[in-house]
Amino acid sequence: MLTLAHFLTLGAILFCLSVAGIFINRKNVIILLMCIELMLLAVNMNFVAFSRFLGNLDGQVFVFFILTVAAAEAAIGLAILVVLFRNRQTINVSELDELKG
Amino acid sequence: MPIIELVFYTFSLVLTAAAVMVITVRNPVYAALFLVLAFFSCSAIWMLLEVEFLAIILVLVYVGAVMVLFLFVVMMLDINLAPLREGFIRYLPVGIVVAAIMAVEILLVLWTRGRFDASAFPVPPPNPQGYSNTRGLGELLYTDFLLPFEVAGIILLVAIIAAIALTLRKRPEVKTQNPSRQVMVRREERIRLAKVKSEPRQDA
Repeated sequence: MLTLAHFLTLGAILFCLSVAGIFINRKNVIILLMCIELMLLAVNMNFVAFSRFLGNLDGQVFVFFILTVAAAEAAIGLAILVVLFRNRQTINVSELDELKG
Repeated sequence: MPIIELVFYTFSLVLTAAAVMVITVRNPVYAALFLVLAFFSCSAIWMLLEVEFLAIILVLVYVGAVMVLFLFVVMMLDINLAPLREGFIRYLPVGIVVAAIMAVEILLVLWTRGRFDASAFPVPPPNPQGYSNTRGLGELLYTDFLLPFEVAGIILLVAIIAAIALTLRKRPEVKTQNPSRQVMVRREERIRLAKVKSEPRQDA
């Protein structure tokens, strides 16, 4: 029988995988953006599972808004990426040190 | 009941394998395609949870729009992949250790003391025939969540404007038309009446 814990476990595994992806792909901005998308998917999985098991649709509305914000974030992130590549001819994170932060 | 579990475990396996490929594969194009596979399997699992509207939205919006945008950008940029991979082996142990610690912590919370098992959260019965998930979501969105819904629309508008404003560029060497200057043009700027004095023919 599929309990809430099964779905939460799947979300947790996805989340940990995307955290590992951020660690091991720290040079490539595109893969970093994809890892963030994967992370948002894991969070959405938790929201959807709780919404179903609590019998409350509010969680699904929240997932709707998360999808909206994620789409906006992807669009702006990729636009920044394109401008970055146009100016520097690279997307290597370690070479983006002009701000001396 | 076992068929549902079979579907769940199959798609979970595909989803996890796709996520592993996203973070380890060398070529970003393949990473984007594996992310598409991950979204599809996640959508199937959401279907199991009877979250039909969001499952379809995930395929339409994420696979149809966001991932295509990713693929466009990845293929448009001519990326030299070699320097982007150099830290991969060095950071691999750190990533695995951090992810394993996080996973163990979360799983300990999830699977001890029966916090999230069937007694604490009983498995809900399937929705009755004729129940519409889309209708329920729509009724919520247009009543309780009307203001957040409109704010979400504004966020999308800001994203559109920001993406266009960021990537718009003027190249000085390319000749372009300026429509506002074209319609503002006046007769005096274009027509010059020259008074030419008439001369008699030489051979007359």
